[in-house]
Amino acid sequence: MTTHDTRPGSTGGADTPGPLHGGPDDEYTPEQLAAMPREELDRLGARYDGVQVLHVDPGPEPGSPMERRAVRQVGLTFALAGVAAFAFVVVYVGSGWFFPDWQWVSGDTGWSALFTPLLGATMGLAFSLVGVGLVLFSKKLLPHETAVQDKHDGSHFDRVTTGATLVGGLHNSGLARRKLITRSLGFMGGGLGLMLLMPLGGLIKNPNTGNPLGRTSWAEGVRLVRDDGSPIRPGDQEPGSLETVFPAVPGGNRQSDAATMLIRLRPAQLEQNAPREGQDDFGYGDYVAYSKICTHAGCPVSLYEQETSRILCPCHQSQFDVTQGAKPIFGPATRSLPQLPITVDEEGYFVARGDYPEAVGPTYWNRERI
Amino acid sequence: MAATATAPGAPTTRLGKTATEIDDRLIVAGPLRRTLNKVFPDHWSFLLGEIALYSFIIALISGTYLTFFFDASMREVVYDGSYAPLRGVEMSAAYDSALNLSFDVRGGLFMRQVHHWAALLFVASIVVHLLRVFFTGAFRRPRETNWIIGVVMLVLALLMGVTGYTLPDDLLSGTGLRIISAIILSVPVIGTWAHWAVFGGDFVGELIIGRFYIAHVLIIPAILLALIAVHLLLLVKQKHAQFPGPGRTEHNVVGNRLFPTFAAKATGLLFIVFGVVAALGGLVQINPFWLWGPYNPAQVSAASQPDWYILFLDGSTRIFPAWDINLPGDYTIPALFWPTVVVAGAMFTVLALYPVIERKLSGDTASHHLLQRPRDVPVRTSLGMMGLTFYGVLMLSGGNDVFADKFDVSLNAMTWFGRLGVVVLPPIVYAITYRICLGLQMHDREVLEHGIETGVIRRLPHGEFIEVHQPLGPVDDHGHGVLAYGGAPVPKKMNQIGGARRAVRGFFKPIEEPSQVELEQGREGRGLAAADEARELTSSGRPSEGGRPQEPRD
Repeated sequence: MTTHDTRPGSTGGADTPGPLHGGPDDEYTPEQLAAMPREELDRLGARYDGVQVLHVDPGPEPGSPMERRAVRQVGLTFALAGVAAFAFVVVYVGSGWFFPDWQWVSGDTGWSALFTPLLGATMGLAFSLVGVGLVLFSKKLLPHETAVQDKHDGSHFDRVTTGATLVGGLHNSGLARRKLITRSLGFMGGGLGLMLLMPLGGLIKNPNTGNPLGRTSWAEGVRLVRDDGSPIRPGDQEPGSLETVFPAVPGGNRQSDAATMLIRLRPAQLEQNAPREGQDDFGYGDYVAYSKICTHAGCPVSLYEQETSRILCPCHQSQFDVTQGAKPIFGPATRSLPQLPITVDEEGYFVARGDYPEAVGPTYWNRERI
Repeated sequence: MAATATAPGAPTTRLGKTATEIDDRLIVAGPLRRTLNKVFPDHWSFLLGEIALYSFIIALISGTYLTFFFDASMREVVYDGSYAPLRGVEMSAAYDSALNLSFDVRGGLFMRQVHHWAALLFVASIVVHLLRVFFTGAFRRPRETNWIIGVVMLVLALLMGVTGYTLPDDLLSGTGLRIISAIILSVPVIGTWAHWAVFGGDFVGELIIGRFYIAHVLIIPAILLALIAVHLLLLVKQKHAQFPGPGRTEHNVVGNRLFPTFAAKATGLLFIVFGVVAALGGLVQINPFWLWGPYNPAQVSAASQPDWYILFLDGSTRIFPAWDINLPGDYTIPALFWPTVVVAGAMFTVLALYPVIERKLSGDTASHHLLQRPRDVPVRTSLGMMGLTFYGVLMLSGGNDVFADKFDVSLNAMTWFGRLGVVVLPPIVYAITYRICLGLQMHDREVLEHGIETGVIRRLPHGEFIEVHQPLGPVDDHGHGVLAYGGAPVPKKMNQIGGARRAVRGFFKPIEEPSQVELEQGREGRGLAAADEARELTSSGRPSEGGRPQEPRD
C-alpha cells in the first residue's frame, strides 16, 4: 500500500473507489439526493436501517392556541428550572456572606439547619423541572410517529463465512497437527496463570498460630475495670444490676473480644443460680461475669432484663439466662456465653482468675479444638 | 475540498461544512444514522432499568466527590471538628473524616446523603426491573445472557452497599462489620483462613476499612461499569422486547425512533431521577452516623437494622433455629452458616439459572421477542410470587424487633411467625396466584366471546331481561365473537373502545366552549368503527386523544 500524495498531479490522497466499492452511494447519485426533500431523505435512510415510519401524528399546528399554550408551559418550566438552579448557587455561595453561616452548631434551628434541605430542595427542583419540561415538550410539541424496525436473527451467510475464516486460519496455523506446540502452550498457560495468582498468597495468613481466636487479654490477677479504667469492689453495684467491664491492660476497653458483663444477682436469682458443670466456683458471692460477645454473630449482648434474668442480643434476638450459666433459651445462638472466673484481690478489687475457659464470640469450624 | 464545494448536495452552511469535515475524518454518518433511527417500544415498565442506570451515574459522581475528603484509615485520632458532642472522643480517621465531610465541608452532608439515596434507589430499581423482566418472560431466549449479567450486577450492587455502608466506621456499621466477620468465620473448613485473608488477622485489625474502600471505589464499580456496557450492548444488538399488539410480531419492533422522541423522553427521565435523588439527599436525612458514635466492640444500639437490601439476610439469620452441626473430630458447622452463606448463595444461584430451569421444564427453546402477560404463564407467575413471599417474610423478620416494639407483640411470637411463615406462606401464595391467573385468563376469553358488558338492560317481548353486550369484532351465527386471544390486553370497559366521547379540555377550568365540543362530537362517530380509523399502534397519547383506545388490542 502506498499513498500518492507526494506525486505531482496526484489527487492529494482522494479516494478512488476500488472495484469492490458499492452500496447506496452507487445507487443514488449526489444529483438524485440533492433533488430529494428532507423528509424523503430521512425516510430513505430509515429504510436502509430497516425502519419504516408507518404513521406520523404531527405536532400542534404552528400558531394554534394549543401550540401557544404548550410553548408557554414548556418555556415556563425551563425558566423555573433556571431560577431553582440559581437559587442553589445563591444558597451555596451566600451562606456566611450575606446569609448566616452554613456550619451547623448542635441545637441550632436557624439557617444552618436549613442549609442542607435548601440545597436539596433547589437542586431537586431544578433537575425535576428540566425533566418535566422535556417530557411536556415531547408529549405536546413533538410529532408522534409510529415506526417499525425489522428484527433479524443471526445471518446464516455471516456464520458460514466467519466460520470459514476462523477454521481456515486455525488450519493454516497447523496447531491441530503440531501437538508439541499445543501441549507446550497448555503447559505455559497453566504456569503463567498460577504465576499471576501467586501474589495473592500475600493475603494468606495462618489463623492457628498463637491461638488468637481462643485467647483474650484476661489472665490471672488482671483487674476488672470500667470503661474509664476505675476498678470495682463488691458492693459498688446494686443487686440485679449489670456493668460492662474490661481487662486492666493498655487498650483493654477497645479490644474486640474482651468486653465482659459483671452481673450482681438478686437473692432470688442467686437461689436459682445453676452454673455450668465444673464452673460452680467461677462467680464471687452474688457476682457472676460473662462474656459480652454473643456466641452467634459476635454482637455485644447488652439488653439485660433483670425481671426474667434474660440477656438479649439486639442483633438477632438470641436470649441467654444468667441464672443457668448464660444458656441460650431462645433465638439463633447455640452456645452459652463463656463465663469468666473471678475473685477479689488483697486490695478488695475484682480480678480475673484466668482467661475464659473457652473461645469467646461466634462459632467456627475448629472452635472445639482450640 | 474545493473540488466538491460545488457538487450537488454539498453543504453550504457552516454547520453542514463542519459536519462534513468531521465525517471525512471519523466516518460516523452511517453508524450515527443507524443509532438515531433505532426504534424503541413504548411502555412505562421499560423505564425501570433506565432508573437503575441513572441512579448508578449519580452514585458514581457523588461518590467521586466524597473521595476528595474521605480518609479510609483506622488510625486512632481525637476528634476536633465542629460537631461538639463528639469533640475530644477517640475514633478512627475514617469516622473523623466522615464527620468532617458532613460538618466542615460546604455541601458535604448534602452530597453524602445524595450518595446514600442514590445507592438505595440503585438497588431498588434493579430489583423492580428484574421483577418486570421475570414476570413478562423477557429473560427467555435470546436474552438469557443479559438476565445472568443482571443477576450478577444485583449481587455486585449488594456488595457495593455492604462495603460502602461499612466505611464511616460508626457504631452501627461496625456492628455490621462484626456480623460480616462472624459470617466469614462460619464457613466450614476455610472460615478462619478466609477471615484472616480478608481482615489480615483477627477481628477487627487495622486493614479492613482500607480494603473495603478500594473494593468499594475501584474494584466493584469497575466490574459494574464493564457489565453495564455489555448489558446495554446486548440490548442494542438484540433489540428491545415488546408487548404483543397490532402490527407487532416476533420479527419487528414497533415504537418511536431514538431521535428525537425517545431521546427526549429518556433525558427527561434522567433529569427527574436526578431531581428526586437530589431532593431526597437534601430534605430526607439518612444514616445520621454522628448520633451513633465511633465503633466500640462493647456497645450496640437497639433496633440495629442494615439498609433495606440486606434486611432479608438479617431476617433469615434471626429466624434460623439454633442448629450447630457437630461433626466427629470436634469440628462444627455453625448455625450462622446456613441462613447467610447458603440461603443467599442458593437464592442468587436459582435466580441466575431460572431461564435454564424454565427452558428444561417447559421444553420451550424458541426465540421470543414478544413479552407475555403474567396471567398467561400461571406457573411462572406463581413461582415468582412464591419467591417474593419467601423474600418478604425474611425481610419482615429482619425488622421483627421493630414490629414487636411498635405493635406490642411478643418478640418470640414474631420469630415464630417468621419461622413458620417462611415455610407455610409461599405454597399458599402459589396456589392463590395460580387461581387468580386462571380466573383472569377465563375472563379475557369470556369478553372476547360474549363482548363487553354495556350496562344496558333490555326487556325482551316475552318478558326476559338481558344485558346488552358489545362484541369486540365480527361474530358468528350464534352471536359469539370470533376474535382469538393474542396475548394483548382485552378491553373490558366501553370507554376503552371509544364508548365515551372525549372530555372537554382544561385542567382546573374548561379552556374550550362546551357547546363547540358537543357539536364536534356530534360529527364524530362513536364506538368501535369510529375508533378504528383513529387507531394507532403506539399508546403515546396527546391530550386530544381522550376517548381513543389507550392500549393496543386485537
